[in-house]
Amino acid sequence: MSDQVLEIRGLCVDYGVGADAVRAVRDVDLTLHRGEVLGLAGESGSGKSTLAYGLTRLLPPPGVVSGGQVIYHPTDGPPVDVLTLSPARLREFRWAETSIVFQGAMNSLNPVHRVSTQLLDVIKAHEPKSTAAGRRARAKDLLRLVGIAADRLDSYPHQLSGGMRQRVMIAMALALEPQLVIMDEPTTALDVVMQRQILGQLTELRERLGFAVLFITHDLSLLVEFSDRIAIMYGGRIVEEAPAARLYAEPLHPYTEGLLHSFPALHGPRRELTGIPGSPPDLRAMPAGCAFHPRCPKAFAPCDERLPVLGPPGVDDPTRAVACWLHPAVAPLPR
Amino acid sequence: MRFLLQRMAFYLFTAWAAITLNFFIPRIVPGDPVQSLISRNQGRISADAIASLRVLFGLDSDRSLWEQYVAYWGQLLHGDLGLSFTFFPAPVSEVIGSSLPWTVGLVGVTTVVSFLLGTALGVGAGWRRGSWIDGLLPATTFLSSIPYFWLGLVAIALFAGPGSFFPSSGGYEPGLVPAFDAYFIPSALQHSILPAATILVSSMSGWILSMRNMMVTVASEDYITVAHAKGLSERRVALSYAARNALLPNVSGFALSLGFIVGGTLLVEIVFSYPGLGFQLFQAVGSKDYPLMQGIFLIITISVLVANLLADVAYLLLDPRTRKS
Amino acid sequence: MTISPSSIEQVIPGQGAMAQPSARARRRRFRFVANAKAATGLALLGVYVLLAVIGPWIAPYDPDARSADVLQAPSTRHWFGTTHLGQDIFSQILVGARSVMVVGLIAGVLATILSVLIGVTAGYLGGAADEGLSALSNVFLVIPALPLIIIVASLVDQAGDLLVALIIGLTSWAWGARVLRAQTLSLRRRDYVEAARANGERTWRIIGFEVLPNLTAIIASGFVGTVIFAVMSEITLAFIGISSVSSWNWGTILFWAQGQQALAQGAWWWFVPAGLAIALLGTALALINFGIDEFVSPRLRTGGRTRIRTADGRTVRMRVGFTPVLAPTAAPVEMQDTRKDQTR
Repeated sequence: MSDQVLEIRGLCVDYGVGADAVRAVRDVDLTLHRGEVLGLAGESGSGKSTLAYGLTRLLPPPGVVSGGQVIYHPTDGPPVDVLTLSPARLREFRWAETSIVFQGAMNSLNPVHRVSTQLLDVIKAHEPKSTAAGRRARAKDLLRLVGIAADRLDSYPHQLSGGMRQRVMIAMALALEPQLVIMDEPTTALDVVMQRQILGQLTELRERLGFAVLFITHDLSLLVEFSDRIAIMYGGRIVEEAPAARLYAEPLHPYTEGLLHSFPALHGPRRELTGIPGSPPDLRAMPAGCAFHPRCPKAFAPCDERLPVLGPPGVDDPTRAVACWLHPAVAPLPR
Repeated sequence: MRFLLQRMAFYLFTAWAAITLNFFIPRIVPGDPVQSLISRNQGRISADAIASLRVLFGLDSDRSLWEQYVAYWGQLLHGDLGLSFTFFPAPVSEVIGSSLPWTVGLVGVTTVVSFLLGTALGVGAGWRRGSWIDGLLPATTFLSSIPYFWLGLVAIALFAGPGSFFPSSGGYEPGLVPAFDAYFIPSALQHSILPAATILVSSMSGWILSMRNMMVTVASEDYITVAHAKGLSERRVALSYAARNALLPNVSGFALSLGFIVGGTLLVEIVFSYPGLGFQLFQAVGSKDYPLMQGIFLIITISVLVANLLADVAYLLLDPRTRKS
Repeated sequence: MTISPSSIEQVIPGQGAMAQPSARARRRRFRFVANAKAATGLALLGVYVLLAVIGPWIAPYDPDARSADVLQAPSTRHWFGTTHLGQDIFSQILVGARSVMVVGLIAGVLATILSVLIGVTAGYLGGAADEGLSALSNVFLVIPALPLIIIVASLVDQAGDLLVALIIGLTSWAWGARVLRAQTLSLRRRDYVEAARANGERTWRIIGFEVLPNLTAIIASGFVGTVIFAVMSEITLAFIGISSVSSWNWGTILFWAQGQQALAQGAWWWFVPAGLAIALLGTALALINFGIDEFVSPRLRTGGRTRIRTADGRTVRMRVGFTPVLAPTAAPVEMQDTRKDQTR
C-alpha cells in the first residue's frame, strides 16, 4: 500500500475545444497522501473548483480534460488512471473510492426525494447484494455519525436546515468509506457557528475513519487551521505548496502573502489587512511570464517574460515548493 | 392540503367568472338575434321555454340587471341551459349530455396520451443532446404549426375514403345503437383512430420541446452532478433525478395550456364530423343556435377547470414541497 | 394550434443573458440574427410580409371572378388550380395573405400591450394590485380561449378583420402577462432597481429604463407567440364560417373547400396550398421564438458540437457527468495493468 492516495500529473482542463478553448487548469501536479487534509486555496476564477471537477470528470460541457494523468492508489490492487476509465468503471470508482461534498448544500440534495432515498440509492448502486434492511440500518448509523437524529432519515430536504443538509451530504460522502473526500467550499453558505461545528466534526471523523481530504476554499484562514498542507492556485496553476504552519508563518509567493493579508488572523498577533490590488487574470488573455506579475508588488526583470517553475526553493527544504522568481526552484518538482 | 384548497377556490372563482362572462356577452353585443329566433319559431316554443330563453339572453329589459343576474343563476343551478334550436325542442343540457362522453373519450384521452408520449420523447431528447430526436425537432415544429383541422383534412384525403379501413366521418357505424357491446365498441374505436392520430401528431411536439428544454435546464443542477458523482447508473440519474424534476414544470405547464389545447382539438371533431362538443359547437354556430353555443362554452370551461384540478393533484403528488400539511 | 407553452415558459428561469443585462446583452443583440433558426424564421416571415403588401397587386386574377375553368387541377394558367366556381386559388392565397398578416399583427400588438401593462404592473407593484391582476390573468388563461372567441365572434354578424383582431387580442394576453409578471418580480429585487428606487427615481422611469429593457426578449417572444395564436384563431373562425366569408383569407378558402366537399371530389389543390401557407407561417414564427429562447439561454441550443474528434482520432462525446478526456498522456502509468483492472 503506497503512501499516496492520489497523484495528479500535468493535468490540463479546458473550456471548449479548438480555437475558442480557454485553459482553466494548466499543468497541475499535486499529490495527496493517505489520511491528510490538503487545502487548495485561491481567489474565485483561479481554477481550484475546475481542478476538482476535472479530476473527477464531473465538469459539465463545454469542459474537457485536455491532458495529464490522475492516478489513484486503492488500498488493495494496482493504481488506476481515472482519466482512462470507461464510463462503467468510472461509475464503480466514483463514491466508493472518491466522494465529493459540493459547494451549495441547498442544491446538492434533490428536492423531490427523501433523504433516505438519496442515501440508500448510492449504497445500493455500489453494493447490489446488500439487503434493504441492512442499507437502512447503515443509513441511520451514518446520520448519527454526523449528529443527526436517525428519525430524520425520511425527511425531505426542504424540511432540514442548511447546516443539517450539509451534514447529510457529509454523511452521504462517507457512506462507502472512500479513501478520499473532495470538499468544494463545503461551509461557505453556512454561518460561522455552523461552519465551526461542521469542521470540528469533520476533523474528528477523519481521525476516526482515516480518509484523506482535498479541501477547496477561498478562505485561507480556514485552511491554516484545518489542513495539514496547503496548495495555492493562481491563474490555473499551483504557485505554492507547503505544510500549513510553514505557509502561514513564512509565505514565499507574494500572492500567498497577499491572500494571508486578506483575512484577519485567527490566532497570534494581529496583521494588517491589505488585500491584493487588481483582479484575477482573464483566462483568455493570460499575461506572459508569471501570471501574477501585473499585480505583484515585488515583480522584477524575469517575471513578465519567463514562467517560473514549481519546485523546492532550497535543497534543504523538500517539504515545500513555490513557483516564483524570488525563490527560483533548485530542481523541478520530482515526478 | 392548503395548496389544493387554494387552487379549488381559484377554480370556483374562475367558474364564476366564466358564467358571469356568459351572462354579459349576449347583453353587451348589439342586436338581439335570439329575439328574432324566438319570433321565427313563434307557436312552436312553449311559454316556459320562451321565459327561460329570456332569462338566459337578457330579453327582459324591464328588469334590473341585478334581478336578471339572480334569475340567470337560479336557472343555471337547476341545470336549465335553455332549448336548442338545432335539435328543437331538445333542451341544451340533453344535447350536451349526449356529446360530452365522445369529447371526453377522444380529446381527453388523446391529450393525456400526447402529454405522456411527448414528455417521454422529450426526456430522451434532453438527456442525449444531439441524438436522433434532436434531428426530429424541426419536423415536429412544422407539424405543430399546422392547424389541427387542416391536418385532419389531409389525413382524410390520404387514409380515408371508400374501401379504406378508416372511416372519414362519424363516431360509429350508422345504424348501430350506442351501447357497451361487441358491435358498438369496436366500431367506435375504429372511428376514433384517425382523429386521435391527428391530434397526437400535431399536439405532441409542444410537449417534446418543453420537456427537452426542461431536461437541459435541470441537467445543470447541482443534484444531477451529485447523482453522477455518486456513480449511480445512467438510467437512474436520467429518470429518477433529471426527468423526475423536469416533470414538475411540465405538469404545471400542462395544466395552464389545457385551455389552449382543448380549444384547438375540438376542431378536429368538426373535420371528422365526430359527435362530440366541438362538432356540436360547429353546428350550433352554423344555425345560430345561441343557447347551445353558450351551454357548450360553459361545459368546456368547466371540464377544463376539472382537468386543471386533476393536474394540480398530480403536481401535489409529484412535488413534496407543496405537500406541507 | 396552441401557443407552444415551452417557447415562452423557457424564458422564465432568468438565467443566461437575462441575468446579466447591460452592455453584454447589447453587444450580443446583433448576434441574434446569426442564430440559424432565427434567421430562417425571419427570412420566411419577410416573404410573408412582402406578400401581404404586394399580394393583392400581383394576383393574376380577381379572387372572386368566376370562370369556365371549374375545379381544374393546378396548371400553368392556374398555378394552384380553381374552385367549383372557376375562381383562381393562387390569387385567393395571394389576396388572403394581407388579411392574415394584418389580423396577426393587430391582435399581437394589442395582446402584447395588454400583457405588458398588466404583467409588469402586477409584478412591479406587488401587493393587492398584484393579487387582483394575477387572478385576472389566470382566469383568462384557464378559460378556453378559442371557444370564447367563437362565441363572441358569432354574436356579431359577419365579423370583419378588425373586429376579429380585436376579439383575439383582448382574449389572448394572459400568457404573456403571467410570464412578464414573474420576470418583473425577479427584476424588481435586483440591486440596480433597488438602487434606483432608493435614489427616489420615479416609478415610471424605473419601469421604462431599468425594467422594460430587460424584458425585451420575453416581450418579443410573447408577441410572436400571440401572433401564431391570432393567425390560427382567425383562420379557424373563417373556416367554421363565423367571420365574414366574403373577404379572403386562407381560412375562407378552407371554408369553401370544406363546404363544397373538395375532399370527396379529390380536389386536393383546393385545401393543400392554404394549409401549407399557414403551416409555413407558423413554422417561421416558431423558429423566431426558438431563436429568442436560445439567445436568452444558450444551453438550449440543439446540435452544436456534442462530438469531438481527438488528436489520436477517437471520437468523444460532450455530456454531463462524464467530462471527455481529449489526450490522456501517451505513456501509460507504468504500474498499471489494464486487463487486470477490468477483471477486478
